[in-house]
Amino acid sequence: MAKPDEKLSPVSTFLWEGHSTRDYVIKLMQTSQAEYGYIPKKVIKDISAATGTPETDIYGIISFYKQFRLEKPGRHVVKVCDGTACHVSGSNMLIDQIEEDFGIRPGNTTEDGVFTVEAVACLGCCSLAPVVMIDGKVYGKLDASKVKRLMKRIHRKTLKEMKAEQESN
Amino acid sequence: MQKIYVGMATCGVSAGADAVYDRLKELIEKENLPFELQETGCIGLCAREPIIEVRDEDKGESAFYVQVDPKKAEAIVQAHLEGKKADEYLMDEAEYQQYYGKQKKIVLRNSGLINPHSIEDYMERDGYKAIEKVLTSMTPEQVIQEMLDSGLRGRGGAGFPTGLKWKFARAAKGEPKFLVVNGDEGDPGAFMDRTVLESDPHSVIEGMLIGAYAIGASRGYAYIRAEYPRAVRHFNEAIEQARAHGFLGENIMGHQGFNFDLRVKEGAGAFVCGEETALIASIEGYRGVPRTRPPYPANHGLWGKPTNINNVETFANIPWIILNGAQAFASMGTEKSKGTKVFALAGKSKRTGLVEVPMGITINEVVMDVAGGIVDDGKFKAVQMGGPSGGCIPARLGDTPIDYEKITATGAIMGSGGMIVLDDKTCMVEVARFFLEFTQKESCGKCIPCRVGTRRMLDILTRITEGNGEPEDLDTLESLAKVIKDQARCGLGQTAPNPVLTTLKYFREEYEAHIYQKKCPAHQCLPLVTFTVDPEKCTGCTLCAQSCPSDTITGAPKQVHYINQEGCIHCAGCFRVCPDDAIIMD
Ligand SMILES: Cc1cc2nc3c(=O)[nH]c(=O)nc-3n(C[C@H](O)[C@H](O)[C@H](O)COP(=O)(O)O)c2cc1C
Repeated sequence: MAKPDEKLSPVSTFLWEGHSTRDYVIKLMQTSQAEYGYIPKKVIKDISAATGTPETDIYGIISFYKQFRLEKPGRHVVKVCDGTACHVSGSNMLIDQIEEDFGIRPGNTTEDGVFTVEAVACLGCCSLAPVVMIDGKVYGKLDASKVKRLMKRIHRKTLKEMKAEQESN
Repeated sequence: MQKIYVGMATCGVSAGADAVYDRLKELIEKENLPFELQETGCIGLCAREPIIEVRDEDKGESAFYVQVDPKKAEAIVQAHLEGKKADEYLMDEAEYQQYYGKQKKIVLRNSGLINPHSIEDYMERDGYKAIEKVLTSMTPEQVIQEMLDSGLRGRGGAGFPTGLKWKFARAAKGEPKFLVVNGDEGDPGAFMDRTVLESDPHSVIEGMLIGAYAIGASRGYAYIRAEYPRAVRHFNEAIEQARAHGFLGENIMGHQGFNFDLRVKEGAGAFVCGEETALIASIEGYRGVPRTRPPYPANHGLWGKPTNINNVETFANIPWIILNGAQAFASMGTEKSKGTKVFALAGKSKRTGLVEVPMGITINEVVMDVAGGIVDDGKFKAVQMGGPSGGCIPARLGDTPIDYEKITATGAIMGSGGMIVLDDKTCMVEVARFFLEFTQKESCGKCIPCRVGTRRMLDILTRITEGNGEPEDLDTLESLAKVIKDQARCGLGQTAPNPVLTTLKYFREEYEAHIYQKKCPAHQCLPLVTFTVDPEKCTGCTLCAQSCPSDTITGAPKQVHYINQEGCIHCAGCFRVCPDDAIIMD
């Protein structure tokens, strides 16, 4: 895996003549997030040094935009859509079901590190409402029991994988 | 040769279009079949995705197939090989007529017809002809006049005349000038702009080129919501192609001194960044906090330079207007709302998807005819327009025409095009609470009326939906709404009370039922719902009793179960788990 500072090298190619580098701070954070799933402290320091943006400003940006995380997410990121169409089609039932099965509400990660659950505003496939997106794949026309089966299946599989990884280490 | 088009915008892919595409590709390649396989954008009828079209250009025929899966795709290919159609999977003819019959496609003129990855496809359908016409025969002033004559108003929500905006930007002093397309589309339930960016990215680029020429801009940004990876990909690819063809860069199409280049900035998940001054802050790399206007971006925008911001759909209209003339555009619609409007139909209607209808069409025509009425033969209750800044228009005002002023008069707004159809199973208080929760979360926190005011309103609404509403709450909501509307700094706060005000205006009795009778007429607010077992349907499977967290359900296996109301915590766990629909919510 690339070291955080190597990830920063694109900064030079991002430059658009005449512009300060400040406007690439968000892009750099997105690059980090795509790579690691979150923004490690080290990356914040690197971005700050490369762009001359105070670290406090970078934290300010992270806390402002919903996309950014300061903590490593679980293996699978489950985004429960709570856009209008999903909301009126029962997305709260899905959220309650997930809480019943895994003990977490949106914004949290299960203790075993398998799932991070987030509630998001509209994934834009309203015709399939209610939907969840797991690792970028959309599952539509769900109800409580379907989401239960889906997530239990992924959970079992992931635990097995994690166990196998541990044993091979 | 027959062409097979697979609709692969986000809706199609989410429904499984990529598996269909892969299967078709494999089949055609393996057996060397006489079909040309193409990806296309949104075909419009999301509710029936994945959709594929088999187009026979020689015969001028098309067959649309709905809810296709890989197996059906095989059967369809087989049928066409034999010169037939796979009748059982065809889109229903009546449905086709109802859904597409009343539509008029300007913005979506290429969507679902061309391969969005192919600039050639776009050019074949008069693509980049409008910019050619502009560069060879029109002055910037003439272009602006054409926009003014067309009556085009911004499709981003506020409906400001595009020609006028361009006029101000042209007059503004400062170099360089920037042109920005706003593709932030943060409204929950809206996906018009995403579809245009995914299905026909070049139409937006061409619209921007015309705008850049008109106002004298040399640099452009496309601010696209981060949640739209496919749109970002397609748009970036289109920019590359346009550069390679000399449509972006220096001395464009041989026109000395006309330079314009464009790059994408991805949003990072903040609704308020759709507001133009917040968007500017975000592009510059700051927290997306709006600032007071004036000065307007036209004079003081990106890095203090003149900046013109338009919505995706606004730009997609422009090449059509140039090629067909302002009059053709102005001949559609009402006195003050010209042309067409794209809506993302979602919610409880039978058909959902993307529709483009002429301005002036009524809400009823859209909901009852185009969308086919309500699912499960439910009752049409209201339509939510304009998302968190908009409001709920009740079914009895269904004859209201789609027109900026007429919609505003109801208390809702035209908005950017989200149209959520609600049925009688929807609680209007809960809908209002939902939107307030959204705006409350998205409030940037800079001004107090919005930051604190929306919080207070949300607290009250939450209390009402939990059964703790007080009689004076409704007056308090109204007076808070007034203060926020008058005093918030930006559009987010100024419009945030709209969902509450419209539901209070049209559905006050529902609020009263929550407050006085402690009842939710739509049975959606769980603390106000009584859960009982339907003895007719209960099979005594015991699942509810096992899952009840407060152990308040009793009953022996194979016997009708009973919920003891004393202990019920209204979690609806029994309702969710019951395989026989035997839990009654009342
Ligand atoms: C809170 C808020 C969110 C907005 N979101 C969007 C958006 O997602 N897309 C958009 O085009 N305009 C949005 N707008 C409107 C823009 O500020 C601006 O008016 C618009 O982009 C101008 O383009 P137009 O003249 O073509 O409509 C938003 C405004 C507010 C106050």
